[in-house]
Amino acid sequence: MAPPRPMSFARLMNTRPVAVALYLAIMGVIVWGSYVGAQNMGYNWQWYQVPKYLFTFTEDGFQFGEIMVGLKTSVVLSVSAFVLAVVIGLVVALLRLSGLVVGSAVAVGFLELIRNIPLLVLLYLFYYVLGPIFGLDRWAASILTLAVFHGALVSEIFRAAINAVPQGQWEAAASIGMSRAQAYRWIILPQSVRFMLPPLTGEMVHLIKSSAIVSVIAVAELTTVGRNIISETFMSFEIWFTVAAVYLVVTLILSIGVSRLEKRFATNQ
Amino acid sequence: MPGEIIIQADHIDKFFGTFKALDDVSLTVRQGERVVVCGPSGSGKSTLIRCFNGLENHDAGRLTVEGVELHEGSPKIRELRQNVGMVFQQFNLFPHLTVLENLTIGPMKVRKLSRRAAEETARKYLDRVHIPEQADKKPGQLSGGQQQRVAIARSLCMEPRVMLFDEPTSALDPEMIGEVLDVMVELAQSGMTMVVVTHEMGFARKVADTMVFMEQGRIVETSPPETFFTNPESARARLFLDQILEH
Repeated sequence: MAPPRPMSFARLMNTRPVAVALYLAIMGVIVWGSYVGAQNMGYNWQWYQVPKYLFTFTEDGFQFGEIMVGLKTSVVLSVSAFVLAVVIGLVVALLRLSGLVVGSAVAVGFLELIRNIPLLVLLYLFYYVLGPIFGLDRWAASILTLAVFHGALVSEIFRAAINAVPQGQWEAAASIGMSRAQAYRWIILPQSVRFMLPPLTGEMVHLIKSSAIVSVIAVAELTTVGRNIISETFMSFEIWFTVAAVYLVVTLILSIGVSRLEKRFATNQ
Repeated sequence: MPGEIIIQADHIDKFFGTFKALDDVSLTVRQGERVVVCGPSGSGKSTLIRCFNGLENHDAGRLTVEGVELHEGSPKIRELRQNVGMVFQQFNLFPHLTVLENLTIGPMKVRKLSRRAAEETARKYLDRVHIPEQADKKPGQLSGGQQQRVAIARSLCMEPRVMLFDEPTSALDPEMIGEVLDVMVELAQSGMTMVVVTHEMGFARKVADTMVFMEQGRIVETSPPETFFTNPESARARLFLDQILEH
């Protein structure tokens, strides 16, 4: 048996105890740095004030606090926008793949237009320009902005997933007399789902995060609620940390849920 | 064999860009006739039979299948495809469906049969291709030979009047070729009209009524198998046969 060789530095850094220790040290420095920084500017930490914005127990029983109510609004907003974005994405992708010159021109025009306007400007366009014209309130303008913006990105996901199904599947469907629509419905789309799931989750996470932007037109979602609390209490550190943590928890839960779903789809094939 | 004409190709041309894949091809296939198309790779065999069910559109000449004249965007093409079965080199089974669903989806969605009727037909044809026990498996769980037999059954479930085979055994391991060819021989014996692109000359000898030899997009020779295998008219066909029959 060869004598154990002295461990190289790189190997040593990768062993579990050393890696954990390093990780804790780095995180510790960051937390300690923020704490010391806050102390130096004389920040008055009031973490004990935070829980009541999440939930309270009163004589009326359990109640959600303002932040949780804001979260609910964010989730409803994001889910509505996402459903609409998927519909828009599917239509745009099918137009683009239709083989019709007009269809793909419309799709590409839409895509380039939306992708090259900042989300914030798009929101202003919907709320301040299209809003008065079509009578959109801030809620409708927010949903439409997010849906259109993410619909453009979702359409690219659909296009890639549809193109990932081998050409032979189209030919086989055609050879038993299926129309294009039937081939999509029964043969192509069911097979593209597993190509779509991972990037679609990413897009949903992205959408939840970009929904924060509607706080600029004062829709009472999570970010707006956080800002309102801060303007009353001046606890900017605690509340922004809390709001960030709430977003993080929601998107993490989503990612974990979908990775489970993906495994099921993978074994089903 | 004076059957009714099923496929009539008159002087058809097909281009891929500037490459001429089919060059002035004329061929008649009659009811009940078994035509085997052979020739070196790139000679246009696959392109020719893909034209017969509109997977490719020819650029010049006239092509009539089952009395329907084919041209790009022909509205009758879907109706026609229900009567023209196609078996592909790569099987192209639907991987997300079970074997039985692969067989019933066409009859149910296209012909609007009930599930019951479609499954009855499907089981009949699974019996005919000798794999009734695999009905509930996914295609990925079957061997290549079994997959190709399922693909044949899938086509038969549409009750086609003619079957096209595009190199049906070329993607198979050698030990699985026999089981697929056996099914095709039985199909031929049942009187099905067939156009088969293949290099399997043993099969051709057994079932072909007409041999077609293609090279560089042209039909070089059309003759009955007795003539083709013993005394081909063209020198090119003779060379081809020598090469593939030697081993």
